[in-house]
Amino acid sequence: MTPTTTVQAGRSARVRRPARLGRSASGRQLTRASGLGLGIAMLWFSLLVLIPLAAVAATAAEGGWSTFSRALTNEATAAAIRLTVLTALGVTAVNVVMGTLIAWVLVRDRFPGQRAIEIIIDVPFALPTIVAGLVLLSLYGPGSPLGVNIANTRIAVFLAFLFVTTPFVVRSVQPVLAELDREAEEAAASLGASRFTIFRRIILPSIAPAIAAGATLSFARAVGEYGSLVLLSGNLPLRTEVASVRILSSIENDNPDNAAAVAVILLAISLVVIVLVDVLQRRVVRRG
Amino acid sequence: MSIEIIDVGKRFGDFVALDNVSVSIPTGQLTALLGPSGGGKSTLLRIIAGLETADTGRIEIEGVDATRLPPQKRNVGFVFQHYAAFKHLTVRRNIAFGLEIRRRPKAEIRERVDELLALVHLTPFADRLPAQLSGGQRQRMALARALAVAPTVLLLDEPFGALDAKVRKELRDWLRRLHDEVHVTTVFVTHDQEEALEVADEIVVINEGRVEQIGSPDDLYDRPANEFVMRFLGPVTQLGGQLVRPHDIRIHTDSPQPGDVLGRVTRITRVGFEIRVEVATGTGEVTTVTLTRDALPTLGLEVGREVALRPVAGAGLTSPADRPALRAAG
Repeated sequence: MTPTTTVQAGRSARVRRPARLGRSASGRQLTRASGLGLGIAMLWFSLLVLIPLAAVAATAAEGGWSTFSRALTNEATAAAIRLTVLTALGVTAVNVVMGTLIAWVLVRDRFPGQRAIEIIIDVPFALPTIVAGLVLLSLYGPGSPLGVNIANTRIAVFLAFLFVTTPFVVRSVQPVLAELDREAEEAAASLGASRFTIFRRIILPSIAPAIAAGATLSFARAVGEYGSLVLLSGNLPLRTEVASVRILSSIENDNPDNAAAVAVILLAISLVVIVLVDVLQRRVVRRG
Repeated sequence: MSIEIIDVGKRFGDFVALDNVSVSIPTGQLTALLGPSGGGKSTLLRIIAGLETADTGRIEIEGVDATRLPPQKRNVGFVFQHYAAFKHLTVRRNIAFGLEIRRRPKAEIRERVDELLALVHLTPFADRLPAQLSGGQRQRMALARALAVAPTVLLLDEPFGALDAKVRKELRDWLRRLHDEVHVTTVFVTHDQEEALEVADEIVVINEGRVEQIGSPDDLYDRPANEFVMRFLGPVTQLGGQLVRPHDIRIHTDSPQPGDVLGRVTRITRVGFEIRVEVATGTGEVTTVTLTRDALPTLGLEVGREVALRPVAGAGLTSPADRPALRAAG
């Protein structure tokens, strides 16, 4: 055996196998198992996500640019999109703060009733949203036992979004917070860092990706929310009508192009927001 | 005295971690807190750092009562067994952390960090993240980070406990040399008696929440205060009802002299350079004697041979009954 072949034989199987299959050894190679895994994941993702999304985009595109411009210049539609996106952003901001706080209390503190709260947190996930809407209407609508009537106001939209999105940040931050290295915090303290500095410079960079993940889910869920607010908000065009309600009325008025256009606009805005959240999170981690 | 620990007690529920411990730790020295796991030595170190509070007693650092001071105000450098690295920061920024908190000018921070990087031999790794370092490198980074703020005392909690044997030994030597350079009062916790004997100027033996003995490594090894210290610091065997180190016994085949213990060799084992000879004595004990490899042929030892044993002059002897500290703690 010549020295050259010895060297080649000594290389890892990973490099040799693709060569046997007649592919070039350059670039990243997949093993058979991971190739199968990737294939299944892509198929699944395509059937469930990509094809429906493409169908929506295709429907919207059928009418050409005029469909989009008509949708955006329609005052009621533009107002609905604006209300939906701004309220979703506001709710997400509240969730980032409150969700992190709740996760903190659940992980770092010990108090009676903790287990119960752990379970109740998830209830908004399990409740059909129309039931949530009914509960909100009976509590905060006309004839409220609490004396709070927010029916037919934008506050109702905010409250409904908040109700259905509360668990996201809590649930994404909680496990990460539980796994944090407490000694790093002690090390920072003995180096002179105040509690606030420890939070900002040691803890926050570690949980920022989890907060961002929760915020993304929270925003996405709020943008598409329908059931929980439809009863309480009154769906008043130009005032409390949200995008999902607008889409439904477009469909009911036999205008699927307009419905699809609104949906595509929402998708585009969501994409931008998700990317921004990710950029922000990376910046927090890097700055430390 | 740099650190005064006065009657410190600490309980975790029913468990007594520290039972009225008083220790004076001298300035500029390297002191080891040595003892078995769960004996309270880490708790004591954490109380000095302010990471735990004592239930009773006081802590003074450089003459200042630190008992109620938060860790931020104690000016103590702390090094943890598992490094406690700031994972999202580079080596350079980990080391700079304490200085950044103190809002020192950028140029000064840069200069000081460069100096420390050189001191811990991490200059080429300055821009790496902790995850890209080996365990030994991470611990050196943690040490530099603690030294950056010029602490009054440096506290190390089992600093080499998570490292493999070879790196452990290297870092041990290196810590000793570093201390000779930097001269900061240093206290380190270890359960490894060899580490303590090799590195420390002074050793505090702590067991079951109490101080068993304080002294230099030689003191502790040659003149242990009780059976616990004797057993914890090195190998022990029995001879004539007393505890003695196996290498402190003279074994010979000449005619016995008064005071010699007579016996018969039952087993000879060689471990590297060391020969272990087991002798069954007339009183029913089995005494282990260790010899060097070259001593064996001159003595002509073999299994079944009659031999005489006596402790060498100056051997540390302890009688097994002499252990009041051990009994009281239980």
